[in-house]
Amino acid sequence: METTVEKKSRYGMVINLDRCNGCGACAVACAVENNVPPALTAMNSRTGLTWLNLIPVSNNENYPDNETVYIPMFCQQCENDTPCVKVCPQNAIEFDEATGIVSQIPQRCLGCRYCMAACPYHARYFNWWDPEWTDGMKQQLNPAVSPRMRGVVEKCNFCHGRLHAAREKAAANGSSEIDMNDYVPACVEACPEKAIVFGDLNDPDSEVSKLSRDTNTFQFLTRLDTKPKVYFYSQKNWVHTMAERAMTRTGKEELYG
Amino acid sequence: MENIIVNYRGPIIFGIGFLLSLIIGWFLFPMALYKSEAQPLQYNHKLHVTDQGMSCEDCHAFAESGAFQGIPAVSKCAECHAEPIGETDAEKILVEEYITPNKEIPWKVYSRQPDNAYFSHASHVTIGKMDCKDCHGSQGESEQLRTYQVNRISGYSRDIWGPNISGIQSESWQGMKMDKCIRCHDDRGRRDGCIACHK
Repeated sequence: METTVEKKSRYGMVINLDRCNGCGACAVACAVENNVPPALTAMNSRTGLTWLNLIPVSNNENYPDNETVYIPMFCQQCENDTPCVKVCPQNAIEFDEATGIVSQIPQRCLGCRYCMAACPYHARYFNWWDPEWTDGMKQQLNPAVSPRMRGVVEKCNFCHGRLHAAREKAAANGSSEIDMNDYVPACVEACPEKAIVFGDLNDPDSEVSKLSRDTNTFQFLTRLDTKPKVYFYSQKNWVHTMAERAMTRTGKEELYG
Repeated sequence: MENIIVNYRGPIIFGIGFLLSLIIGWFLFPMALYKSEAQPLQYNHKLHVTDQGMSCEDCHAFAESGAFQGIPAVSKCAECHAEPIGETDAEKILVEEYITPNKEIPWKVYSRQPDNAYFSHASHVTIGKMDCKDCHGSQGESEQLRTYQVNRISGYSRDIWGPNISGIQSESWQGMKMDKCIRCHDDRGRRDGCIACHK
């Protein structure tokens, strides 16, 4: 029988760092959408669950030339030789052919954390503790996302619960193609500065696709050739220099010798 | 002669032991594994559909968003049953315990899937052109609700595994495990990743 090949999408993001004011609304929206439990007092920046981690970077100049950008760092949805997929012994991580999303199925995860070591962006988080919600917070858990248990790894999945909802809405109208207005990740929706643009990179007319080809757009760690689908945009020269510095740090990290 | 008797004893003991373990494995263990739970009240699908001329969609409808509403809320029942219509026990329980205090009926859902499984009724019914019966069997023609059996270890309904403990199910609605989903998707030539059905 002939195999149906769905219209393939490559969902991606462009984040305008010049617009971002570091308010952190995206990080909060992300946690609420994806049932990430509130931090325990024992958690620190290494052991906590911060799917969307805002990293402040300064140009180290004195006032009045001092500038800071906030880099929202989360799963970059690597397209090529996805490092976490390659190391997972459980098939708990998969590169989804139809959407380009690197999917994580925490219920399959055995908690070895190879993927965390493999991830060049440190975008994966391990549940060191059982998730705890107060009774009131349990009422607002998102039914579209399954909560994780202690001992598994989790990460950003481009809010695929919202992708499901968009698909379902399209299906109810008899269509198997979603309306992109229905599929907006929580961070994109929450950003008061409209700094994050989300869409299909395969569609050459989409805003995200045009922005990804802009000369002011860059990516982190491109030397690893994992072809991430999250792009960053800045018109400031020092931001580009900073990103390139991170790229050419040592020669030892060349993937292919 | 003595030697022959000695030679038979082993196989006989083995046979008895083998039979015993089969009985335990196939009959006693499943009985111990599943706990029967009663539904909060009885419901007669046939009475509503055949005798009262209601359609399935009257209660099991799709929302505008495409989400399937599943089992109706008690307010739906109250549209007709604000006052007891019949004389049955179930009718009395329905009105006195649920409709009058406006409390939802804690139905035990035979087809309740684990939390990380995502299923879209709209995709399967509207695009996949599947019939309710393909997965749910002839529930819609039943005169009473069958006993709900819950797996003591996993907490899931027995319908997920299917009635036959060997795992070999003869009808399409027996068993609702992932391999069944995958087989059907494969048969229809669909290639889906994990996140198509997992959340």
